[in-house]
Amino acid sequence: MNVQIILFIVLASVAAISSVVMITRKNAVISAVFLVLNFFALAGLYLLLNAQFIAVVQVIVYAGAIMVLFLFVLMLLNTETEHKLFADKRAIKFFAILISAFVFVQVAYLIFHGSPSRTLTSDEAASVKAGTIQAIGQQLYTNYIIPFEVAGFLLLAATIGALVLAKKKFE
Amino acid sequence: MSSIPMECYLILSAFMFCVGVAGVLTRRNAIVVFMCIELMLNSANLTLVTFSSYLGNSIGQVFVFFVMTVAAAEAAVGLAIIIAIFRNKKTVNIDEINIFKW
Repeated sequence: MNVQIILFIVLASVAAISSVVMITRKNAVISAVFLVLNFFALAGLYLLLNAQFIAVVQVIVYAGAIMVLFLFVLMLLNTETEHKLFADKRAIKFFAILISAFVFVQVAYLIFHGSPSRTLTSDEAASVKAGTIQAIGQQLYTNYIIPFEVAGFLLLAATIGALVLAKKKFE
Repeated sequence: MSSIPMECYLILSAFMFCVGVAGVLTRRNAIVVFMCIELMLNSANLTLVTFSSYLGNSIGQVFVFFVMTVAAAEAAVGLAIIIAIFRNKKTVNIDEINIFKW
């Protein structure tokens, strides 16, 4: 067996299992920790796909910044556990699983029906070149310069918005 | 990379998206609902990176960069809204936050 296949199986099963564990735990903090595990597995998968820059950003931004924010708010609010909600909402759970299974079957059918790997021949050298910071930065600062600036502005607006919303009183 | 067919990544991504959908529908803690939305955004990112890598084209990864930016902004504003709601209603249970319901 190829090393890449073994790595893919390990990382994919970690990602899948941690996502399922995340939505089934009653304690929200444990959910957050499993979401971090899921993000790390995804970063590994990005490395396997030769996307080095995105893998590093995934760890720094998602697993680092966003999840720290989530855990901070979770521990700040000290929310009650969801015991009573897990016990008596069987119908909602059943329909939720039904709906998501339906969506999954549809998407899986489309993926296998379209079967993109039949027409798409992967080129290892081009794939490695596409994932480097150089290639992404070149795109960001030439063709996508306006969206890049808008993204910066969006982050500024989000910072101010978060400050205003989290303040004690609106003025 | 070439030894793994593309469908494996796409199926994993679809599975994670559906787990996120189930989480949004079943969980009643607003913060956990937010985390499920992050999971769905990440599964979409995995699809984008897969296609970008197999096509040898970096534009898909540029899009992932923008998705991460929007996710960070959304998490900051969303958590601020949850804090504001918690300050007023002393709960983050989305069944009890129904002031817009009529």
